[in-house]
Amino acid sequence: MANTFLYFDHSATTATDPRVIEAMLPYFNTLYGNPSSLYSVGAEARKALEKARATIAEVLGARPNEIIFTSCGTESDNLALRGTTLAARCTGNHIITTAIEHHAVSNTCVQLEREFGFQVTYLPVDPDGLVDPDAVGRAITPHTALISIMYANNEVGTIEPIAEISRIARRHGIPFHTDAVQAPGLLPLNVDELAVDMLSISGHKFYAPKGIGILYVRQGTRLLPTQTGGGQERGMRAGTENIPYIVGMARALELADSTRLSEVPRLSRLRDRLISGIVESIPDAILTGSRNQRLASHASFVFPGVEGEAVVLKLSMLGIGASSGSACSSGDEGPSHVLSAMGLQHPVARGSLRLTLGRENTEQDVDRVLKELPGVIASLRAMSPFYNAEGTIAVQPVKSL
Amino acid sequence: MYTEKLIDHFTNPRNIGTLPNPDGYARVSSPGCGDIMELFLQIADNKIVDVKYRAFGCAAAIASSSMASEMIKGRTLEEAAGLTDEQVAAELGGLPDVKFHCAVMAASAVNAALKNYCEKHHAPVCAAL
Repeated sequence: MANTFLYFDHSATTATDPRVIEAMLPYFNTLYGNPSSLYSVGAEARKALEKARATIAEVLGARPNEIIFTSCGTESDNLALRGTTLAARCTGNHIITTAIEHHAVSNTCVQLEREFGFQVTYLPVDPDGLVDPDAVGRAITPHTALISIMYANNEVGTIEPIAEISRIARRHGIPFHTDAVQAPGLLPLNVDELAVDMLSISGHKFYAPKGIGILYVRQGTRLLPTQTGGGQERGMRAGTENIPYIVGMARALELADSTRLSEVPRLSRLRDRLISGIVESIPDAILTGSRNQRLASHASFVFPGVEGEAVVLKLSMLGIGASSGSACSSGDEGPSHVLSAMGLQHPVARGSLRLTLGRENTEQDVDRVLKELPGVIASLRAMSPFYNAEGTIAVQPVKSL
Repeated sequence: MYTEKLIDHFTNPRNIGTLPNPDGYARVSSPGCGDIMELFLQIADNKIVDVKYRAFGCAAAIASSSMASEMIKGRTLEEAAGLTDEQVAAELGGLPDVKFHCAVMAASAVNAALKNYCEKHHAPVCAAL
């Protein structure tokens, strides 16, 4: 067992479920038609497309015509943000979002700000990464065109109170979008209970392949298409529909939703074993994100005195796949914007590690992480100028190059 | 992404540690990403007789520090002075472009620690540093 590779990075992506692949296969070279064509393989593709749409709509508690297929979660976020704000630009020029969004949302906001003259309010979060719904209400102006706040954070696993926030948006008649990419299989997705107007999902986070996503758009929401062409997806997202991937994603969402109520308690137990094991065995380990408002699959930490990429590389040499939000790739990147927004200072925020659980993980897997990680952290701390033998964090002013 | 040699220096870093009374000392940081290298030199008869360092940073930062320490250990001050980032990166078998600043940090730490020694001991060799 010691040599098997253990995957603890399910928030990054998942392996495609064999049942999903099986559902997709006929649509590559048997029922390969273009759904816009009239002959039988086209009609079969059309039927599969609409069946997949109905399946997804049922999971979301939505109408089939409120489902738009896209190529990924990033495209869904882009369409929601650019589509609603550009449709409203004559009357509204203000967007409310948070400081901890995925770059698919935050960089789109930055572009709308710089190139299209929008004003963007980036709401702060508390040390747990939670947004205050009252702060959303206070940020609303007569010109607010959109509120976009993520359902659950990808780096720290904190679940935001979006059902509360969306109702504030609704009282003011402002469209509310949520990036729900981390949610399928872990959180309820009913769009009426959540009271959201738009919701983004990405297939590969729940055992469908990469390259397929969904944007739910509530009927009556004004949206300017950002990709124009042949009028597919009711004109909201032109381009020939990716039938095999759409069929696969519908199957994957059905599976994820039907196993959610049994999988969430199982994952939560593994997560809690992981969190308490790490916090107890590694001095000064800090859990990042909320302890209680937390995705069942998600454990994230900072270890003062070490750098995240070094931890991830050492773990990978031991056969454990994890990730860090801290990777210094260009030399001028600061630490994670999420950890900074939560008030963690450099260099502590550089020592971040994310372990995200999935279907195949077992208690034995968790125990192997608990066995290996303390040694990894200790070996890196032994060579760190930020962590001395007494176990305290020594941060001194340094001479810059 | 990383060469075997770099991974070796990351996994088994050479000369890790500190010296209590170093003849030359420097603590430098990489601007932007905030990596840190702290370098301790023991010098006798114009030679670097011992080198120790501590490093905070990614695998490339740790390996660059380790490699630079190996490259100067046992060398005369003249030989060690002027160590360049290109030399450190080349000895590692190359660095990804985005990680080249790690070699810059390691070479700068060497030259800063030598300069620190020269300032204390009025050694002429480091006039150029």
